[in-house]
Amino acid sequence: MSSKESNQPGKALSGRPKRGVPEGLWIRCPNCKASLFRKEVEARLNVCPECDHHLYIPTVERIAQLLDADSFEEWFRDCRPCDPLGFKDRISYQERIEAEQAKTMQFDAAAVGRGFIRGRPVAVGITDFAFMAGSMGSVVGEKLSRCAEEATRLRLPLIFVSGSGGGARMQEGILSLMQMAKVSAAIARHQQSGCLYISILTNPTMGGAAASFAFQGDLTLAEPGALIGFAGRRTIWNTVRLELPEGFQTSEFLLQHGFIDRIVHRSQLRTEVAALVDYCEKS
Amino acid sequence: MSSLSRLPFEKEIYALEDLLASLETKEGGEKGSSEEIRRIRKEIASLKKTKFNNLTAWETVQVSRHPDRPQLLDYVEMIFEDFVELHGDRAFGDDRALRTGFARVGEFRVMLMGHQKGHTLQERQECMYGCAHPEGYRKALKNMKLAEKFNLPVICLIDTPGAFPGIGAEERGQSALIANNILEMTRLATPVICVVIGEGGSGGALGIGVGDRVCMLEFAYYSVISPEGCAGILWKTANETTKPTAAEALRLTSRDLSRLGVVDHVIMEPLGGAHRDPKEIGNTLKASLLKMLRELVTIPVAELLEQRYMKFRKMGVYLENESQNQSAGSA
Ligand SMILES: [Zn+2]
Repeated sequence: MSSKESNQPGKALSGRPKRGVPEGLWIRCPNCKASLFRKEVEARLNVCPECDHHLYIPTVERIAQLLDADSFEEWFRDCRPCDPLGFKDRISYQERIEAEQAKTMQFDAAAVGRGFIRGRPVAVGITDFAFMAGSMGSVVGEKLSRCAEEATRLRLPLIFVSGSGGGARMQEGILSLMQMAKVSAAIARHQQSGCLYISILTNPTMGGAAASFAFQGDLTLAEPGALIGFAGRRTIWNTVRLELPEGFQTSEFLLQHGFIDRIVHRSQLRTEVAALVDYCEKS
Repeated sequence: MSSLSRLPFEKEIYALEDLLASLETKEGGEKGSSEEIRRIRKEIASLKKTKFNNLTAWETVQVSRHPDRPQLLDYVEMIFEDFVELHGDRAFGDDRALRTGFARVGEFRVMLMGHQKGHTLQERQECMYGCAHPEGYRKALKNMKLAEKFNLPVICLIDTPGAFPGIGAEERGQSALIANNILEMTRLATPVICVVIGEGGSGGALGIGVGDRVCMLEFAYYSVISPEGCAGILWKTANETTKPTAAEALRLTSRDLSRLGVVDHVIMEPLGGAHRDPKEIGNTLKASLLKMLRELVTIPVAELLEQRYMKFRKMGVYLENESQNQSAGSA
């Protein structure tokens, strides 16, 4: 089922992250604009020491932070995108895919597999903003669906970490929209089988991702300060022409309005998830 | 019909129709004119046929948005009986962009729901132009569950530019409510038929769009993003050049979706589009709904749910192990 050996982009998960914070000794916090010593930021799980802003982390880093060391076994790595519509804007979708693959060393925006969290076996899926904003095309939909199905078969807790900016992959048109239904169907079956699904929302989780798998968890956690919502801020502004409230569409806004269970600092994520898995274990 | 609702590419058709109308009134029953009238009628029919058989994607979008195109409540009037509207979402309020209620069609009692855009400006404002809020999706699900409890088939008539993008909608969890509807519809234990009758705008459409049969009227569109939105992002600006280009690229017509295996049936519209003959499209839609209902009610629920699961499970096109996995209906 899983193709474990492959070369080219798919290999990257065992290697070093190629993208995330730009190369260089110093980086600038996108939130407080402070100049930060890269090494120090990395040592703090890519959280700004000045303002606690949670910076982007690539999939490899997310796996390293969430799962026990070397416990991740990737599933369905060979699943790759193609261009079903023959889509072309300023460049063709095919060219875009190749450029994104070269940039991220990943076939597409999702990685799924199994691993351990403080010794507890889990199935995990991650969508990565670096690849076409983490948008959900056929590959992301297929991998997340299969991951949920495998989790059901193996009776594992399912953990999805969403970093999907736009949600939809416009270049795959209606097929992209249908992935929302596909993944939802697989999650529904996992839920029905009595297994636990924890959805972790990271910056950003918007549109089609938010309107499907990201908000279907038994438990929904979010990293602090993440942008989470349905419609983009500009679209909203263009529609209602009203100033958006302070902190609109942030994790804190969602907590306040009752749509997530907890905001969890990156440094506490592994511990919290382990504790929640324990609470939901059937005796 | 006001000249405002005349679409640019219908210009020649309207010119001939105006000519026909003037000939008909002026020369009444006179013999000499009948030949000419017959000729013009024929010409109009052939012009409509040529034009509507070759609509571009962008023209299709315009037809789907035509102000005179029949909407949910027009179909309630034309083909359903004894509609009993159910208003409450049990949490916030009555969303006028998404209507739900009991109805009868042919020999069936059903739960009917759908977006209502409104025809006049005042109606449109009341209905938020068919853009539903979270409470609309909550109401829809509440009544789908009611239908499930009493084994009533659910019919969803989709006609929305998209779910409402606003402050209140976000505060009240637009994405969470749509996500919940999609999930629950994948396993709702009663037949579900979805028909895109006009605009199939992204998540706002899918929020009542997961069913055993997904159909489209011939000149409806169904898309992950509006052509305007797509043009604005990928072509940096939405104008009269980029919107048609984006519409074409998105593959959003009924023909495209049928080819991609996303819709099961395309319901053919009268010559020149549904807005030219609401009665006829009403009859066609009714016949189509009854045919599907008669099929679906014979399928045991467990089998129905398995088929529904597989229907969506197969959607998508990707590469794996040197082979291409196609979406359900593709050749
Ligand atoms: Zn900072």
